[in-house]
Amino acid sequence: MAARKTLTRLSQQHLLGIEPLSVEDIELVLATAEKYQTRPEASGRGETRPVPRLDLLRGKTLVLAFYEPSTRTRLSFEMAAQRLSMDVVNLALEASSVQKGESLLDTVKTLAAMRPDALVIRHPGSGVPHFLARHTTVPILNAGDGVHEHPTQALLDALTIRDHKRRLDNLKVAILGDILHSRVARSNLHLLSKFGARIALAGPPPLVPKGLEKLAPGVTVCRRLEEALEGADVVMMLRVQLERQREPLFASPREYARHYCLTPERLARARPDAIVMHPGPFLRGIDIAGEVADSERSVIPQQVANGVAVRMALLELLTGAHP
Amino acid sequence: MKPLLIRNGRVVDPASGLDARRDVLIEEGRIAAVDKTIERADLQVFEATNLIVAPGFLDMHVHLREPGQEGAETIESGTRAAAAGGFTAVAAMPNTQPVNDTPLVTRALLAQATQGNGVRVYPIGAVTKGSQGEELAEIESLRAAGAVALSDDGRPIANSRILRRALEYAAALNMVVIDHCEEQQLSEGGVMHEGEWSLRLGLRGLPALAEQLPVLRNAVTAALTGGRMHIAHLSTRGALEAVRSAKREGVPITCEVTPHHFSLTDEACRDYDTRTKMNPPLRTPDDVAALLEGLADGTVDAIATDHAPHTATEKQTDFESAPFGIIGLETALGLALEKLYHTGKISLLRLVALFSTNPARLLGVEGGQLKIGAPADLTLFDLERAWTYRTEEGFSKSRNSPFDGRRFRGGPVATLVSGALIFRR
Repeated sequence: MAARKTLTRLSQQHLLGIEPLSVEDIELVLATAEKYQTRPEASGRGETRPVPRLDLLRGKTLVLAFYEPSTRTRLSFEMAAQRLSMDVVNLALEASSVQKGESLLDTVKTLAAMRPDALVIRHPGSGVPHFLARHTTVPILNAGDGVHEHPTQALLDALTIRDHKRRLDNLKVAILGDILHSRVARSNLHLLSKFGARIALAGPPPLVPKGLEKLAPGVTVCRRLEEALEGADVVMMLRVQLERQREPLFASPREYARHYCLTPERLARARPDAIVMHPGPFLRGIDIAGEVADSERSVIPQQVANGVAVRMALLELLTGAHP
Repeated sequence: MKPLLIRNGRVVDPASGLDARRDVLIEEGRIAAVDKTIERADLQVFEATNLIVAPGFLDMHVHLREPGQEGAETIESGTRAAAAGGFTAVAAMPNTQPVNDTPLVTRALLAQATQGNGVRVYPIGAVTKGSQGEELAEIESLRAAGAVALSDDGRPIANSRILRRALEYAAALNMVVIDHCEEQQLSEGGVMHEGEWSLRLGLRGLPALAEQLPVLRNAVTAALTGGRMHIAHLSTRGALEAVRSAKREGVPITCEVTPHHFSLTDEACRDYDTRTKMNPPLRTPDDVAALLEGLADGTVDAIATDHAPHTATEKQTDFESAPFGIIGLETALGLALEKLYHTGKISLLRLVALFSTNPARLLGVEGGQLKIGAPADLTLFDLERAWTYRTEEGFSKSRNSPFDGRRFRGGPVATLVSGALIFRR
């Protein structure tokens, strides 16, 4: 990698996706997140624990607007904000004027008028955060838009990979499963590609369509799962997004599991020190075998822990705590 | 009224192959003479030096939104936009509320059009009741009331039996059936062209295959029935090649292309701007190249805008929720000059044929040529004047154009219907 300059602030006002970020932006987020990780000396597995509460963002307010069900991402943002002493307001969508037919834009303009310091949005429509960003100056953090991007997930994944592999460049990463409907896959392939990783995709043919290899340099589409796993340093599994399929794209969860579930036998094709990741919630026995998810190879718990650290870093960087 | 002399313009009339400096004399709303120099006393003179004088342009694919969605457009505002775009006539798609599926609606539309600025409004009747695709509409009565063509536009004719029956009627009545070609089994839920950009943006795609398949079906059915088939807003290379080969075999099939489909590609959707969302969607550079070839070689018969006004409220939402469609009447000629004429791809004769001669012939209406004794419907435009299109200065009630702020080289200067100047820049 060429020498990079070190940034002290992000080049972007919003976090809409990974694609518009530079390598320097990403490095800055990861370096900032590292401050919020603590590393017990005894553990050799890169386990981390977030730091205790800080006063950095006291008096600032974060609004969470989740137009789609979420447990871990919403809780992770809430925890991140609270650890920095931010006030958190959850837009309760079932009780709000959204139910009364108010348009998305009007709702967000109303929220913006209350002058929060940042707005976290998750929405089933791809591009919704981009649309809203054109109409407000409040920093928007995309917590997942349709099947487009989920940038905080890719950043926490990058932090987790770096914890274990000590680098992001020159890695072979297999991303497996329902790529078509995965915003996690899109964000991850943009991020890893920016660092020069080789990314192999595989899954049921309609879920890994032609053209994915054009999304970023270093991406290849493999016809078979085994091919993608060969020599991988990192194996990222994805959840089967049945709720996003308009038509059944495979016969049954059982049929899917038979050919695409990450079993110990399949994982044996990866490097012996390969780590296994999953953005959750995972379907035990369908997209990942229980013994793999529970094994030493799985870094799923660290992903969750790093989620808080990465989101703390982003809140710090985007809410103007920096001059 | 004094006779009007359009003096010293470059007269382009594809029907007679004329492309030369001429004077055009208009008396009592009709073309009285086309000659090298016309000298007469007591004339009103329109100086047309450096202007192109063409038979009036006809946009055969327009959504005027009246009745039913007057917030987006009315016959009055839509025909003013048409005149400003150089169009002397428009064909109005029947997907209004109510749908134009009975002679009553057709007559109401024609009556309302007489209150406008004079732009001729040709109603297109629905193929099926309510454009629901299930039962044929009153096709013969629609024809008798003044419908010039049949279409369920906004929706494809999904049922092949209905298509066949409609073409059988069309053959007997000498009408054209216009189909929005989209196999909805393949396209359901799609919001932009299926390809690299839809994958990147995480938007569900409308595949090119969904357009090509019904075009193939329609060609075969037109050949069987002898009914004239017209493909609306053709947008893909595959569909264009299907039309080209059917034409070669003598099938009665024609097609139109919109200015946005030959000017923009799916990359324009990259910022999720709802003004780039229409159906059929913006396609790939390869499709655009194919359309440009088709426009030049005669495979494409007409340029039509698919002018589809939507209110700001409707369009000011996220990409997936926004309705399909953009306005196009006021930018069509500017785009055609930019992409087709100034690039040397087509001649002025061909350009005028695409905008005027061919659509008039397809719909079987008067116009499209400078015939002595015919109504003096004329489009005057220039080739060089630099101007900028701004939706807020436009005549449409709606502003959903991806071309807002675009600079053009050449465009409409004056529009005359029956010798009356209804627009002048």
